[in-house]
Amino acid sequence: MTDLSVATNTTSPAFDVESIRRDFPILAQEINGKPLVYLDNGASAQKPVAVLDAMDRYYREMHSNVHRGAHTLGDRATTAFEGAREVVRHFLNAPSTKEVIWTRGTTEAINLVANGLAPRLKAGDEILVSHMEHHANIVPWQMVAERTGARVIPVQVTPEGELDLESFNSLLNERTRVLALTHVSNVLGTVNPIAPLIEQAKKQGVITLIDGAQAVPHFKPDVQALGCDFYVFSSHKLFGPTGIGVLYGRAELLEEMPPYQGGGEMIERVSFERTTWNVLPYKFEAGTPAIAEAVGLAAAINYLDSLDRKAMEAAENALLARANALVETVPGMEIIGTAKQKVPVMSFKIAGLHPSDIGTLLDQQGIAIRTGHHCAMPLMDFYGVPGTARASFAFYNTLEEVEKLFTGLQKIQRLFA
Amino acid sequence: MTASKEQFLENPLGTKTTLEDVLDAFEFLDDWEERYAYIVDLGKQLPAFPDEARIEENYVHGCQSQVWLIHHYDEDSGKLFLLIDSDAIIVRGLAAIILVALNGKTPRDLLATDIDELFEQLNLFRHISPTRGNGLRAMVGKIRDIAATEAV
Repeated sequence: MTDLSVATNTTSPAFDVESIRRDFPILAQEINGKPLVYLDNGASAQKPVAVLDAMDRYYREMHSNVHRGAHTLGDRATTAFEGAREVVRHFLNAPSTKEVIWTRGTTEAINLVANGLAPRLKAGDEILVSHMEHHANIVPWQMVAERTGARVIPVQVTPEGELDLESFNSLLNERTRVLALTHVSNVLGTVNPIAPLIEQAKKQGVITLIDGAQAVPHFKPDVQALGCDFYVFSSHKLFGPTGIGVLYGRAELLEEMPPYQGGGEMIERVSFERTTWNVLPYKFEAGTPAIAEAVGLAAAINYLDSLDRKAMEAAENALLARANALVETVPGMEIIGTAKQKVPVMSFKIAGLHPSDIGTLLDQQGIAIRTGHHCAMPLMDFYGVPGTARASFAFYNTLEEVEKLFTGLQKIQRLFA
Repeated sequence: MTASKEQFLENPLGTKTTLEDVLDAFEFLDDWEERYAYIVDLGKQLPAFPDEARIEENYVHGCQSQVWLIHHYDEDSGKLFLLIDSDAIIVRGLAAIILVALNGKTPRDLLATDIDELFEQLNLFRHISPTRGNGLRAMVGKIRDIAATEAV
């Protein structure tokens, strides 16, 4: 494909998007005879060569099972795998690698925590979520509530798409046991002011979980500065491989929680009389883990670290600003989610058009967006729409691509006129 | 069903607008814009759908948009008449094409119609995402189920 070295572009202080795009081979193709414009990064991001190469190299040179230790390949695989855990620890600024648990993704991480906190919950307890949560941060709590008699309570959202802080203040009370909030809304792009909310919750002894799935592709979270008990994200939205995600959890709570699944790796000693659990983080990692995927995720994080973060964020903000400026060129177009703090995610509707019409006809023009309810049906209900069209940008998108999106939308409107 | 017999019989799709009309038209459509403009126009021929029929029983699952489908089996002619509605414009057009091919046929004839071949002929699936293709298949599947029931 390309022989570009991925870790050597630190020499250029400017953010050269054309050079960066060459790191993502999938972007250089045509769809329906048009150059691909990939604006569905919120659903899953594309992978740089660094990730592809790291996984390829892992399988070619070092694959074996991990933590078995009897031979050299096993050592190599374990070193790569545990090295990846350290990369993630550093990325999150977690105090220790024993607090970094591999999961299949954000969804499994939340299920793990919900399940693990079940013994603490009883009838009358409240789990505070918000109206803008992804189903993955609603349904696992509903399931645990069903088992324990606790209740799931949503914090309201303002029409602009921000968390309603008055609602938060009125709902956080002595019955609240868990606060589970998204860092960034997958539909609205809103960056929630989670730090003060976590602080408020902690004062009342409430356990806090932050869904970072939509945040980490845009900025680095610092779990110590945030002070949350749990922080979860998926690799595939962070330019890494599918099938792996991360649960950061405070050791004290992880120690207390029961294992999520039983099997190999998670045990210390098994007998039919008594089985004891392995230490953290392995207690929560039953079975052979996704080793190559962990290596791939670490490569993605290292790749991102090689970029100029400030320049990257500025470039993303420029994409969103350009998109916002062009909204008025499409009559009847309305943005859903106009929070002051946003990542470059733009949900919208166009009067008279169903989101699926928009998605289909953009695809004809080589433009990939997401349409539908975005696994956030309560939020769709709140806005009274069956779904939205969503363009979600990544740092490898160009201003020209933003313009193509709007040219495409104008064309669709003419077609339906 | 809640719609009157007339509403079913007056559906132009499959009666006034025939499969030949659609196939002829498609031959002259070169690019996606013309093709979709034509599909959108076809969708405008869908007769009004009775509001009271928008119930779970008539809902077609598996589509990204909301799709409803009702039928009337005409004892006199032995033919099956269909009404479809959707809140998405392109889906309405695709439903119209399905109706052009399947509406107003005897259940036996309907079941003998190879709709996949038709879509192949119209080169439709190639331009339609798998997600939407699934929605089309869901619609056709529901119609075939109805025909199979009425054919007994």
